[in-house]
Amino acid sequence: MNVTGVALVAALVAGFGGGVAGLVVPRTVRPVVVGACVAAAGALATLAGVAAMAGVAWSAALPWLLPLTGVELAVDPLGGVFLAVTGAVAVAAGVYGIGYARGGLDGRAVQAALPVFVASLLLVPAAGSIGTLLVCWELMALASLLLVLAEHGKRAEVASAGRWYAVMTHLGFVAILVGLLVLAGATGDGSFAAVREQARAPETAGLVFVCCLVGFGSKAGVLPLHAWLPRAHPEAPSHVSALMSAAMVNLGVYGILRVGFDLLGGGAPWWWLAVLVLGAASAVYGILQAAVGSDLKRLLGYSTTENMGLVLVGVGAGGMFAASGDAVLAALALTAALLHVVAHAAFKTLLFLAAGSVLHGTGLRDLDAMGGLRPVMPFTTVAFGLGALTASALPPGAAFVSEWVLLQALVHGAGSGTVVASSIVLPVAVGAVALTAGLAVATFVKAFGVGFLARPRSAAAAEAHESPPTMLAGMALAGLACVGLAVLPTVVLPAVAGVAGGVTGSGPAVTGAVTIQLTGVSGTMSPLLLVAALAVATALVAAVVSRRSARRARLWDCGGGPMSARMEYTATSFAEPLQRVFDNVLAPDQDVDVTHYEESRYLVRAVAYRRTLRDRVEHRLYEPVLAAVRGWGRAGRRLADGSVHRYLTYGFATLCGLLVLMVVTR
Amino acid sequence: MSALGLVGGLLQAVLVVGGAPLLLGMMRQVRARLEGRAGPGIAQPWRDLRKQLRKETITPRGTSEMFRVAPVLMVAMTLVVAVVVPFVGTASALPAVADLIVVVALLAHGSVAIALAGLDTGTAFGGMGASREVTILALVEPTALVAIFALSVRVGSTSLPEIVGSTLDDPARVVSPASLLAAVALAMVIIAETGRLPVDNPSTHLELTMVHEAMVLEYAGPRLALVELGTAMRLTVYLGLLANLFVPWGVATEPGVPALLVGAVAFAVKVGALGAALACAEVFLAKLRLFRVPELLAGSFLLAVLAVTAAYVLG
Repeated sequence: MNVTGVALVAALVAGFGGGVAGLVVPRTVRPVVVGACVAAAGALATLAGVAAMAGVAWSAALPWLLPLTGVELAVDPLGGVFLAVTGAVAVAAGVYGIGYARGGLDGRAVQAALPVFVASLLLVPAAGSIGTLLVCWELMALASLLLVLAEHGKRAEVASAGRWYAVMTHLGFVAILVGLLVLAGATGDGSFAAVREQARAPETAGLVFVCCLVGFGSKAGVLPLHAWLPRAHPEAPSHVSALMSAAMVNLGVYGILRVGFDLLGGGAPWWWLAVLVLGAASAVYGILQAAVGSDLKRLLGYSTTENMGLVLVGVGAGGMFAASGDAVLAALALTAALLHVVAHAAFKTLLFLAAGSVLHGTGLRDLDAMGGLRPVMPFTTVAFGLGALTASALPPGAAFVSEWVLLQALVHGAGSGTVVASSIVLPVAVGAVALTAGLAVATFVKAFGVGFLARPRSAAAAEAHESPPTMLAGMALAGLACVGLAVLPTVVLPAVAGVAGGVTGSGPAVTGAVTIQLTGVSGTMSPLLLVAALAVATALVAAVVSRRSARRARLWDCGGGPMSARMEYTATSFAEPLQRVFDNVLAPDQDVDVTHYEESRYLVRAVAYRRTLRDRVEHRLYEPVLAAVRGWGRAGRRLADGSVHRYLTYGFATLCGLLVLMVVTR
Repeated sequence: MSALGLVGGLLQAVLVVGGAPLLLGMMRQVRARLEGRAGPGIAQPWRDLRKQLRKETITPRGTSEMFRVAPVLMVAMTLVVAVVVPFVGTASALPAVADLIVVVALLAHGSVAIALAGLDTGTAFGGMGASREVTILALVEPTALVAIFALSVRVGSTSLPEIVGSTLDDPARVVSPASLLAAVALAMVIIAETGRLPVDNPSTHLELTMVHEAMVLEYAGPRLALVELGTAMRLTVYLGLLANLFVPWGVATEPGVPALLVGAVAFAVKVGALGAALACAEVFLAKLRLFRVPELLAGSFLLAVLAVTAAYVLG
């Protein structure tokens, strides 16, 4: 057993041990023990993932553990990336959870489910056979469902979010089940190694890929199967939101990569074109919903859809390049996708933990009621600001680096493939990535500027208090990861590039210690030098401006007396221009009621403004289905009205019918 | 990091910082003359800056560090761009930063810093300006990147020194349809990003129409000087970028005093000519309604996509 194996097994022991501990230890120490177990499992899993990325593969078979399929574990470099990312998120979430759980989340069920959820997240990328993958996937879904429902006693929406999540995750599971069973059907044991060897017809492979794309895509929150994500992620406790948004959704991408590139060994260009188009649509739609939303955690949930969309643009471009025989470019696009997975995990963890800290300190999730948190929650403000900077993909930031690599892949990919692909698909993809980046800037300027700066817009925001040290420590860990990835992405980039190169069967597409060097195509960029240049320039400019003491003065109020917080721009008003620009896509329901004084029509007594913004995809796609199901249920209820006589009649009629049928067919 | 790059970078920083207020003054003077006014002379922005720098620093109550550091950040980011972009010579002081995508994103980051400062004041004006600014920014980004895409496809790189160098080697490319379409698209981007007519009126203080001015309304004294200097520098850098991407002639290709001097003069002349052309055009333009701006930007996006398609179909 090598280092990967030891670390992974120890992580799993810590995870499941934490689950047992959550059940048995007394309430006073329960959050500490469980948090420590989660953090330990995360740290060990990160070690295992890094070792696997460095090439130390490990596999084990335990045929006695499960009936029919047995358990097979196999950790390769691709799984290692996801193992390491999940582990790192779990460390921050575990430490943070110690303080966060004090607010009524220290019950047995929640505390036991959290480490089990982390363990199942680690098992999915370590699964080495189809049976194991399916079992672990389901374990992950169930554990996360329990955690989503943790606060069902406090808010009514939690139950609804839980129902959405339960139904959609299981429909996704059915799709994966169908796909993978078709895939495994011909092979005896369903181990990945046996599946890889198996030859299959292109139609079968296409069917498998489409089923898996639907199933794994729904987990990654891809349009139009994203409906559960902006419901379930906000309603879960914040450290669970971080785990779901930064670690669990990644596994959807992992599934697509594993099945598409590894098990099916690449495929037809249309598969990857579909992935790219779905990714681009999800990215734009997700960030558009986030840009006009005003619920902080829901906004972050939509941002997850956006970022998974960007990752899938990279995956789809990589698959298209690989299908047209350009392995180097394919490796570059996949490197961008994997690097974005890493960057997204870092900043989304930080943002969700900071949003949880705000929720803890103010009880607020509505941006329209927040503001002025800078003086009372300085640490949380810095943490959210850092996360927002990273999420808006501006330099210097971790997401900027990954989007830069992605854009390089798209720009250089212009020469490969057909004319349609290079002259229409790729430019439009670049446009979509750019629009996403622009809207992400608007979203996070709104979230940070309205939520944390200026003056408090409600009493709850004014009376905020900073979070306990363990929560701050969790945010600090995630923040360090963001800073590290922004300044020195070259620490992780060669390893990630090696994994991507291994998947497409070429060398690493990116090298360099200080400067990111693309291999095979021209392109260099140095985040470290950029940060250094910015620091020097900032110091120069700051030195030039004299440091005389500043005088405090009142804000300019047009001579109208002191301004109240009600005069500030809110998140809704901030997003109004964007909402108007994208009116056709968003189709908001708006209602302005102006009441006048009776004396004159020109004197306004009051203005009432109401806006409801429905997710249009959800409205158009899901509501008809739900209405049909409801209609079916009503029809069924009419048949079964509780009358015994009627049921006896049904039985009698069925019996007669059967007898008639038998007589006729004899 | 070459000798040409280093010397050129320092020279560019001096040129941009020293010349940006003069460019602004020249543009105002051109406008004044065309409108039949005498105009204050091209050195007026420098006189204004000197006056503001001598004034007392004022911090409005209720603002945080964001308000204080935003002007410094904006100027610093523009300064980095001014140093790394090959304006005077074909080499860059920091080739690993002189990437077209990095440069455009850095300039956008400068606007974001000011938008956050506008929100930080907590006034209706600040929020309104910030909201409008980031809306325009979000819509400009696709055009900017697709135009960059069209320019980089033929070179096979987004590195600015390589794009400039390749245009110098093959001048016929400048008049290709792809290049012309991309130039028009980028010009629209620049007008929107620097807040010129018809997207934003730089000389208005009317609440209904302000974008940039609304965000910086609370600034006074040295900080206002920084904001004004930064705005002028952004305009200079954007115009210089447009000039050197499409008309790179005159840039120094090897180190040496005469070559650098020619490069500096060529840069000043090109930016001055573009600025004068912009000022002339502004005389005849009215500001668009804010909600008509997206139509303009959608048009420029279409031009950028056409530029990419033309780059393939026509080679």
